[in-house]
Amino acid sequence: MEKRLLLGDEAIALGAIHAGLSGVYAYPGTPSTEITEFIQTNKEAIERGVRSRWCTNEKTAMEAALGMSYCGKRALVCMKHVGMNVCADAFVNSAITGVNGGVVVLAADDPSMHSSQNEQDSRFYGKFAMIPIFEPSNQQEAYDMMSSAFELSERLKEPVLLRVVTRLAHSRAAVEVKKAADQNKLNPATDNAHWVLLPGNARRNYLDLIDKQNDMMKASCESSTNDIITINNSDKGKWIGIVACGIGYNYVREALNGIKDNEDNYMIMKLTQYPMPVEGIKQMAEVCSEILVVEDGQPVVEEEVKKLVDTSYKVEGRLTGRLPRTGELNPDNVSLGLGKENNPLFKPAKNLAGRPPQLCQGCGHRDVYTALGEVVKEYENARVFGDIGCYTLGALPPFKALASCVDMGASITMAKGAADAGLWPAIAVIGDSTFTHSGMTGLLDAVNDNSNVTIIISDNLTTGMTGGQDSAGLNKYEAICLGLGVDPDHVRVVVPLPKNMPEITQILREEINYKGVSVIIPRRECIQVAARHARERAKQNNK
Amino acid sequence: MKKDIILCGVGGQGILSIATIIGEAATEAGIYLKQAEVHGMSQRGGDVQSNLRLSTDPIWSDQIPTGEADVIISMEPMEALRYISYLRHDGIIVTSNKPFVNIPNYPDEAALKSELDTLPNVQLDIEAIAAELKSAKSANMVLLGMAAPYIGILTVEQLRKAVSVIFARKGDAVVEANLRAFDRGVEASKK
Ligand SMILES: Cc1ncc(C[n+]2csc(CCOP(=O)(O)OP(=O)(O)O)c2C)c(N)n1
Ligand code: SF4
Repeated sequence: MEKRLLLGDEAIALGAIHAGLSGVYAYPGTPSTEITEFIQTNKEAIERGVRSRWCTNEKTAMEAALGMSYCGKRALVCMKHVGMNVCADAFVNSAITGVNGGVVVLAADDPSMHSSQNEQDSRFYGKFAMIPIFEPSNQQEAYDMMSSAFELSERLKEPVLLRVVTRLAHSRAAVEVKKAADQNKLNPATDNAHWVLLPGNARRNYLDLIDKQNDMMKASCESSTNDIITINNSDKGKWIGIVACGIGYNYVREALNGIKDNEDNYMIMKLTQYPMPVEGIKQMAEVCSEILVVEDGQPVVEEEVKKLVDTSYKVEGRLTGRLPRTGELNPDNVSLGLGKENNPLFKPAKNLAGRPPQLCQGCGHRDVYTALGEVVKEYENARVFGDIGCYTLGALPPFKALASCVDMGASITMAKGAADAGLWPAIAVIGDSTFTHSGMTGLLDAVNDNSNVTIIISDNLTTGMTGGQDSAGLNKYEAICLGLGVDPDHVRVVVPLPKNMPEITQILREEINYKGVSVIIPRRECIQVAARHARERAKQNNK
Repeated sequence: MKKDIILCGVGGQGILSIATIIGEAATEAGIYLKQAEVHGMSQRGGDVQSNLRLSTDPIWSDQIPTGEADVIISMEPMEALRYISYLRHDGIIVTSNKPFVNIPNYPDEAALKSELDTLPNVQLDIEAIAAELKSAKSANMVLLGMAAPYIGILTVEQLRKAVSVIFARKGDAVVEANLRAFDRGVEASKK
């Protein structure tokens, strides 16, 4: 059998292709981006015509996947955890319509917030929508689970959530790969009552979904990757129960290997498919004197286990402090939780400084902030509402330009709300990709209210933050703003370069002083992407 | 046998290609491998780091526990110190001695050097060697060559072969430049 060295993300991508995927729908977001990028460049996927272009946001992605599923084909939706918030409406309701072709929704969580604004746990969304959740513990399982997830989705006629965390998404290991299965044939659904969520239909569908809960539980109990492992060290020792979710299982095994002269015995439930097998937990509680729940993310399972046992029974985990309440698991904090002594360590270094990320030298966003800094000084109450992207780094020194950064699109709408409250000047800075993701609707609100806001769409022709993916609105920004009703005299385009500083600052002043919605579009390609394009052109010319 | 290696440096210094090469050598040798990367903000001058675990037995965790790394391979001296709590007491640091200063509060260089010298370490001006070889881009291969004898679970020859495999698609000239850099690193580590 062929073995390949794959990132967790790549294993998911290849697993999906080999499971007969017909389309991936995604918006970039660390740590999920590499899944779609792999499918976009994979030869097999290209030959098989797998649809893979980036979507405008996670909601359009989820809905398009549902449309493909309606036609009987298998679709994958990929996003980072906060993308689940954006597609939540479509996601939760897809459990009510159910699916035709298999749908797998991949959410990549980011405990410790390596590159995110929170560490929300996507398993809550799976529970909320009442659908099965898969959580692989390693790259091989990630690959294998894609086909089991699609099969389960088609058998239950429900979408399946597959949850990974940064450490698995961005870690490589050898994976045994199989032959690709055929794609499903076009076979559009005919049961309109299931797909038209009028209250009468939806009530029936919801009861169906409730009925399916038993089947979901049965599938979890029969899952080949949900396992009970016992480690019997000595007849004298007590029995300790461990529920180890996803990659938490690896840390548990690593830690137990390292405990010397250990007399305790362990019953470990490796949990990689939800709903959690309740009977197994009850049996564990009968044999073991306590249960430790090891899960990356929020204490989802810990709370469930607590509900299954007497209040006097000891359930330990993140809620009790045996494991840290926040941040990702690692072999050290899990070892500590299992009572392993730490290795002797070198003292922390004294001559050490943080190396925070910065805007690249020569990045156009820099020139935007230089100009903005100069102009904003002239207005006592000026506030610049920020958004999410490379340009968020404008919040850090030397610029310290931003008053806020919350979620994608919030710059425009917060500036609008602030202007409504009487703040002036209310300025928004948003990137091109973020603008099409979630900024356009806010701009329409501002236009309809004739809000006194100045909106800067810093257009670097790409999605820079996540590595330079195509931006959905490329070459369409002026047209979009005009179409939404911004006055053509107040849609201004500039080239952010140091030599243009006088022009840019002048335009900024004019538009701040204009009472109404103005949009300034500083446009210059991201230099990282420009360099990549130059390399690609050189390669083409050499051919 | 198992070897845990931390690779570190600043974004753009070529840490991830070192990881790719060791990965290739390990796959070819048929040993187990896990390689975890942190590269969120790397292209913007932040620190980058990769955990490489090589073993003849299956590996559980993708991350190396503190106090268990056998080698820290670093493209930058201060970055080597960042991961010092991961180093085993009998482990070693293999690092470039040339600070990469892109922050205003970079520590005093003399103090940094003397702190490094209190730890088991090998240092080399890999950039000077790469410049001498007229191939500044291969500084990371000088470092890999220098670290090769300490990796242990893979032979220097196996790593050398992986260098040519990984650079093969970039043409013979690139392969040769990188092999030369690798060889100079190996030589330097013998001194
Ligand atoms: C809901 C959601 N989806 C995805 C992301 C990941 N993400 C952060 S910024 C960004 C795009 C930034 O692109 P753009 O607005 O063009 O700015 P640039 O980085 O190019 O400056 C993405 C995809 C996120 N933070 N939130
Ligand atoms: S990656 Fe592009 S957009 Fe981001 S900081 Fe660098 S040049 Fe600017």
